[in-house]
Amino acid sequence: MEKLLEVKNLEVSFQTYGGTVKAVRGVSFDLHKGETLAIVGESGSGKSVTSQSIMKLIPMPPGRITGGQILLSGDDIVPKTEKQMEKIRGKEISMIFQDPMTSLNPTMRVGTQIMEVLIKHQNMSKTDAKNRAIELLRLVGIPMPEKRVDQYPHEFSGGMRQRAMIAIALAANPKLLIADEPTTALDVTIQAQILELMKDLQNKMDTSIIFITHDLGVVANVADRVAVMYAGQIVEMGTVDEIFYDPRHPYTWGLLASMPSLENDDKADLAAIPGTPPDLTNPPKGDAFAARNKYALAIDFEEEPPMFQISETHFAKTWLLHPDAPKVEPPEAVKKRIRQLSSTFEKPVIVKEGK
Amino acid sequence: MQISKDKFKVVGTQLGEAERISKPSLSFWKDVFIRFRKNKLALFGLVLLGLLIFMAIFGPYMTPYDYASNDLGNKNQPPSSEHWFGTDDLGRDMFARTWEGARISIFIGVAAAVIDLIIGVFWGGIAGYKGGRTDEGMMRFADILYGVPYLLLVILLMVVLGQGLSTMIIAMSITGWINMSRIVRGQVLSLKNQEYVLAAKTLGANTSRIMSKHLIPNSMGPILVTMTLTIPSAIFTEAFLSFIGLGLTPPIASWGTMANDGLAAMRYYPWRLFFPAIFICLTIFAFNVVGDGLRDALDPRMRK
Amino acid sequence: MAKYIGKRLLYMILSLWMIVTATFFFMRIAPGNPFASEKKLPPEIEANLNAHFGLDKPWYAQYWEYLVRIVNWDFGPSFKYKSQTVNDLINEGFPVSFLLGMEAIFIAVAIGVILGIVAALKHNRWPDYTAMIVAVLGISVPSFIMASFLQYFLAIKMGIFPVARWESFMHSVLPAVALASTPMAFIARLTRSSMLEVLANDYIKTAKSKGLSRGVITVKHTIRNALLPVVTYMGPLTAGILTGSFVIERIFGIPGLGAHFVTSINNRDYTVIMGVTVFYSILLLVSILLVDIAYGIIDPRIKLAGGKKGE
Repeated sequence: MEKLLEVKNLEVSFQTYGGTVKAVRGVSFDLHKGETLAIVGESGSGKSVTSQSIMKLIPMPPGRITGGQILLSGDDIVPKTEKQMEKIRGKEISMIFQDPMTSLNPTMRVGTQIMEVLIKHQNMSKTDAKNRAIELLRLVGIPMPEKRVDQYPHEFSGGMRQRAMIAIALAANPKLLIADEPTTALDVTIQAQILELMKDLQNKMDTSIIFITHDLGVVANVADRVAVMYAGQIVEMGTVDEIFYDPRHPYTWGLLASMPSLENDDKADLAAIPGTPPDLTNPPKGDAFAARNKYALAIDFEEEPPMFQISETHFAKTWLLHPDAPKVEPPEAVKKRIRQLSSTFEKPVIVKEGK
Repeated sequence: MQISKDKFKVVGTQLGEAERISKPSLSFWKDVFIRFRKNKLALFGLVLLGLLIFMAIFGPYMTPYDYASNDLGNKNQPPSSEHWFGTDDLGRDMFARTWEGARISIFIGVAAAVIDLIIGVFWGGIAGYKGGRTDEGMMRFADILYGVPYLLLVILLMVVLGQGLSTMIIAMSITGWINMSRIVRGQVLSLKNQEYVLAAKTLGANTSRIMSKHLIPNSMGPILVTMTLTIPSAIFTEAFLSFIGLGLTPPIASWGTMANDGLAAMRYYPWRLFFPAIFICLTIFAFNVVGDGLRDALDPRMRK
Repeated sequence: MAKYIGKRLLYMILSLWMIVTATFFFMRIAPGNPFASEKKLPPEIEANLNAHFGLDKPWYAQYWEYLVRIVNWDFGPSFKYKSQTVNDLINEGFPVSFLLGMEAIFIAVAIGVILGIVAALKHNRWPDYTAMIVAVLGISVPSFIMASFLQYFLAIKMGIFPVARWESFMHSVLPAVALASTPMAFIARLTRSSMLEVLANDYIKTAKSKGLSRGVITVKHTIRNALLPVVTYMGPLTAGILTGSFVIERIFGIPGLGAHFVTSINNRDYTVIMGVTVFYSILLLVSILLVDIAYGIIDPRIKLAGGKKGE
């Protein structure tokens, strides 16, 4: 399959008056055409910064990409100027934000906000753009689009605004759609509709999607692959099956164990992960998760773990996969899910040394 | 890579480690102070304000001349080593008069701010705390009064009550308190439903205790800012009233009356206008930048 | 919308009624007022006052008469000059004050908005600092001091502008600038903070993620939204210009209503003070109301409050 996006060793930091926050610390992943990658993590894990860096939307200053490459169809966008980025944003890559209540301009008609993209990237005339905007609104499931196109955002409900946002994002047929927690601010019933719509449109348009979320439950529905982020790094990455049925990183275990599910009977408690994520102005030595980790090894506090490869597609960054590490039992809730996956290597291989 | 085997034993969570915050934790006012200090303009304003207050206190004693005694042989003298700021049309020393004027102006400003504070905290505090119909009624009254143009009302009151320091302060306070009461009410409303106040209520604290221990201290910030910004507006109003002939009566030296007198003589004796005018501006400037700095420093959105 | 305007209108009328009532009763307690009989008035003036207020009637009848006459746009006679009424003064002085005020409003809005926008776009860089120092100076220098400085340096010392009087456009420049300086500074600060607030909004990020250029984002998405709060400042702006005109007209010898008002204050011409105060109050409250209505028309979000629901 063709690689659309390759992120290599991305590092992003922010200058604040408390010091430099290293928000993203060496993130690498790739994305194929038509594929959906979910990036999962707590708030502050760097998932939003990573995704916004791909469009160079982080405010610079105080933000800065301090290292790495972002290859879009083989072309590095890190050194690109703002002017060059204008041709990529909205056209090659577009984005949907978390809160549909604030991400539309309140004093501009919804139709005009869609037309802007068409006029900019498709060189359409005003009339054509308006007709296309109506079509797009219909496509994202907004009833009476001829009337809605002339309305203002406050006349739309939350779910409809998010549909309008999707229409804006998809207006110029982008190759990559980044959805930054697109359903978090919505009611549960609306969430499902929006997810359904995104999947449906992805099939029609063959768009790749990066789906940012803190909700593993959503991931299972939409993603092909999952990257779990913690403290600015990807700690585990694999296909949905690998992450859900054969997780290897204790942080992923924690996330899965803290996820409520119908299969959980009352006896298996929801296990919260203790503590809070580390302060990234001064990241801890060794494994950033060690302090909160029930399974932390002595070495976790001294040496950053390398990335181990468990299968062709499955990677995890934990010392527990080292041949010398003791065999530990994952939490009950996780153990119940674990299945033997056929693709797994006989034994984990180190692919990248920890720093 | 060789790592000794004993490193691979489970040691488990070390939360003490994770919960250690590397940034020092700051108390609220200390944090405010640090942010205020970063604002060079505000810091400059504070220093300027300190100097002005110092001169208002000690300035009149730095010269042998009295602010009110005439010396008709030495009238309209330009600034010199004898009369640092020159003399006016009655031969009175402008330096002594300027600092006497500083006392009056700052007094008017502070008095107006304090009266606004007392009425405003009382009115806004009760309206916000009681809520419901009491709130509705009290704030509607304030709204209607607020619709009355401020300076026009002050002018009218000065005409009716007669000129003088106390009537001026009363006239300014008649509608001046409304702004303060709105701010206090807003603060009280937003604070009173917060958990710690509810907690105090469940623990059986009575109204006055909740007010004095929880609500007022937490509204201190915006109140302080409003006060700091009321003072320059009162100083402005005094000068304005003096300029339209409703100022303080002689021999009181206020900056407004001095500037008004100076205006008539500007063409030939410009210093008689410039000294009071410049100090009016400096004082208003100092209070304004300190107030702005304080507001920015208190704004939680500025905290990172 | 109609309900909103109705409510605002009611408040306006209540405020006005308070002012009219206050002026009426203040007048009766002022030292040497027209209602006190110890002072001997020239017979013509006495006759004028009697015709207007009905001095021999009880106070409530006088009060009612007074209210009725104000509703009929009759602000009463002068207490000092026999052949002058407040309406005469308004008809003569207000057009001049209006022209001067409009010029000042134009300067304040145009320059204030530009300064504010530039400051916000160059946030925390030198244009921002410069604009904000200009603004804080504008706020700190009262208009009458600005006026006397401008008059002293630009007119008396350098002779670039005429010193005083109301004869040509050149005569109006200095007074208009002096009047505009403080409101201009407020507008600059308001525009700046409003711009910064808008720039921090998610929809600006959306606009950026669409690939729109910086210029388009600034003009179509930022400035338009940022100027909405500035519109609400037009009410206080009118008030500031109006009261500022009292002193500015006096300093520059302009025969406007403000100058007449100050003269009447100095003469203790009570009936004129009263009448002009009421006139100014009406003017101000009506302009504030108009601004509010205009705001409701410009901002599409406000229509919702009027009952038209979109969902």
